[in-house]
Amino acid sequence: MLLILLCLVALLAVSLLAAFTSAKAWANSAIYGASALLSAAVLAAALLALTSGRVALLVLPIGLPWLGLHLRLDALAAGFLAIVALGGTVSSVYALGYGRHEDAPGRVLPFVPAFLAAMSFVILADDAFAFLLAWEVMSLLSWALVVSHDRSPENLQAGLVYVVMAGVGTLCLMLAFALLAGPGGFAFEAMRSRSFGAGVTAAVLLLALAGAGSKAGLFPLHAWLPLAHPAAPSHVSALMSGIMTKVAVYAFIRIAFDILGPIDWRLGLVVIVVGAATAVLGVLYAILQNDLKRLLAYSTVENVGIIFLGLGLALAFRADGLAAAAALAFTGALFHVFNHALFKSLLFFGAGAIQTATGTRDLDRLGGLINGMPRTAGLFLIGAAAISALPPLNGFASEWLIFQAAFQSSHFSQWGLRLLAPTAAAMLALAAALAAACFVKAFGTAFLGRPRSDAAKQAHETDRASQIAMAALAAGCVLAGVLPSTILAVIAPITQRLTGTTMPIQDLGALLPVAGSHNSYSGLVIALCFLAATLTIALAIHLFAQRGLRRSAIWDCGYPEDNALSQYSSGSFAQPIRRVFASTVAQESVVMPPPGDLAPSRFKLVLWDPAWQTLYAPAAAAVLALADRVNGFQYLTIRRYLGIVFVTLVFLLTVLAVWR
Amino acid sequence: MSFAPDVSHFLSGMILLLSFAMLYQDRLPPLLNIFIAQSLVLALSITWQAYNQNEPQLLITAAIEFGVKAVLIPFVLYTLIRRLKIHRTVETVVGIGPSMIAGMALVGLSMALILREHAAIGGTAREDLAFALSVLLLGLLMMVTRRNAVSQVIGFMAIENSLVLAATGAKGMPFVVETCVAFSALVALIVIGVFLFRIRERFDSVDVSILDHFRGEQP
Repeated sequence: MLLILLCLVALLAVSLLAAFTSAKAWANSAIYGASALLSAAVLAAALLALTSGRVALLVLPIGLPWLGLHLRLDALAAGFLAIVALGGTVSSVYALGYGRHEDAPGRVLPFVPAFLAAMSFVILADDAFAFLLAWEVMSLLSWALVVSHDRSPENLQAGLVYVVMAGVGTLCLMLAFALLAGPGGFAFEAMRSRSFGAGVTAAVLLLALAGAGSKAGLFPLHAWLPLAHPAAPSHVSALMSGIMTKVAVYAFIRIAFDILGPIDWRLGLVVIVVGAATAVLGVLYAILQNDLKRLLAYSTVENVGIIFLGLGLALAFRADGLAAAAALAFTGALFHVFNHALFKSLLFFGAGAIQTATGTRDLDRLGGLINGMPRTAGLFLIGAAAISALPPLNGFASEWLIFQAAFQSSHFSQWGLRLLAPTAAAMLALAAALAAACFVKAFGTAFLGRPRSDAAKQAHETDRASQIAMAALAAGCVLAGVLPSTILAVIAPITQRLTGTTMPIQDLGALLPVAGSHNSYSGLVIALCFLAATLTIALAIHLFAQRGLRRSAIWDCGYPEDNALSQYSSGSFAQPIRRVFASTVAQESVVMPPPGDLAPSRFKLVLWDPAWQTLYAPAAAAVLALADRVNGFQYLTIRRYLGIVFVTLVFLLTVLAVWR
Repeated sequence: MSFAPDVSHFLSGMILLLSFAMLYQDRLPPLLNIFIAQSLVLALSITWQAYNQNEPQLLITAAIEFGVKAVLIPFVLYTLIRRLKIHRTVETVVGIGPSMIAGMALVGLSMALILREHAAIGGTAREDLAFALSVLLLGLLMMVTRRNAVSQVIGFMAIENSLVLAATGAKGMPFVVETCVAFSALVALIVIGVFLFRIRERFDSVDVSILDHFRGEQP
């Protein structure tokens, strides 16, 4: 605990140092090197704490005078701290290379280590005040990173939307903690020992869902996320998408599973529905995007939906007394948290490498990058396969667990859940399939085919540090997929603590979600089969293919014209899915030139987000209207202000005198 | 022992009465005199509380009160008035009669509010608190109804007096609270004094309503 604290303070010190030295040539390597080392130290300490199973408590005499600063490192905190530290380590290593291309390092360098430290403090906090403080610092630092490239008005707009939504989220969490806090004060320990009525429990859970969900990107509070995450530099995008959303998931778990007592099954149902809707809508929007980083951000929305679906199932199972099923769903959700942190960071790193190499992230200006950057292509492919839930990679293992949990729904005693949980599983299946389509599109358009612009033609492989970071993450994806039981063994203490039991684990890394059934999955066996099949096919081709020389016309791959634009583009790849699923939010039109004009006709696609129209725009309009009304109060005389204070005081006193 | 609360009530009542006197006094030098009288009575009251509650550090509060509010601040304000040459009549926004009636209503309100709390507050603190709240509301009323910056300063100081009265009336109030109040009064005086001269330099008047023209609200 002390080591972790020391490292976090050192991270803050590094940030401070960066503020003064960012103009120096050595600043990039020194700052990111230091933050990589410190994050690695935190990672090691967190893993030690997780495996040792001890709970470390610390109360520092800073902060509010009667409260102090409570810190606590239990299994849940250690698990999430390990994820944050892992993300911090690899993104710092990545930034050793990537950060050198930064044109304004003074706007990025000082914030990154402090951002890492703030996320860690959120996880360590054991009282509401420390939690909210760290949460808000985390939001503000990430906001500073979102607007670090403030030349483009889009980024500024994204930053504005983000900071407003972060404020709304913090407000929700603040209200939730206010409801939780009682005579014992704001420490989580005191909140745990209280018992709450059904109404308070429901209000706290919904507030926590809104507060944490607005940070994690739950529908319909997700609209800021695809704007803000891509706006930041790529390693920060990876941190925000891969890690910060997990901090939000942590906040929800801490409140819903740890602090709150028993929860009504209907609330679990709400979480399931929101999670399923988020998953499907997130991936639908992801598939419609042409901007690679925005596509990844929408895919984050989808994965957060999957995680919350798992958490909702766990809540519902726990409410129904089905501890084993709850442990299964919870394990699946936590495993997916870890997996998504891995592959989403990997994919954002890949997008950053593409952006550095070509100067664009518009899919319709990329293509053929596999020739220029073969290693990035291979690593990106692993990430894409993992996020599309293809066995034997890790994405499949965790989504499979959540599926298995949903199939336990026949044990529910409530008919609503019995009917709805399989529906949610169907939504999950749809989301997984669409995600696969989405990443086929992303990989295919960016790396395969012929280059669609000169920049894509001249792309070069990215630097060594970035490759190492991506390779480490890809190796993590493969290992976690092939040997999921090692990860699950690490997760087990958390599940034990929060759901009362753990998921059974078989030897040799096979997953056996339900004790006594034959339903099991072994990543290792699948990987070996996969390997064997590949080798056999390669061998067969080698042995039996015709060796004789033939002469024929070159196959033109279906592109008879020599124009790169005649290939499938990202928009045309998505068209079938867009027409089937998203005809209400995507409006296609073809603009024809007037007769006789030789200008080309143009295809126009307008895409909008219903959450934006139905929720954000009216809210913004209401705030503006209110602000106009209140504006008059800006220009009163001093005496009128005094008069208002006086009248209010007298009024309140009168109310008090009459009411008592 | 029934003598002790009577004396403290008498002194608090005097302070309240002097607040009323301030409310209807519409020229600056007499207003300042009444303020001195109020501060003196306040210092006396604190001394009595020190003797009564057997807490000698309240004597320091009394000394600070006397030194700052009855000597230093009035002296500075006198100098100000003389140098600004504003011996003329104070214009009230509301007439004397209505403001007196409003003042009485405020006193009634605070009495009704606090005297009904029987059990919560023990000893003489209950009545002292009622008096203090009345003085506070009257000071605020004076700040609202006056236009001249100097009389607003005096209203502000009367509010400070009421805070000190409330603080010393309650038993066991930390000493640091009283000293803080005293020092904040001093700081406020310095700020407002500088402010007054700046206004005077710019606008040849300390009537705050003239400022309004320059903020663009009135034609």
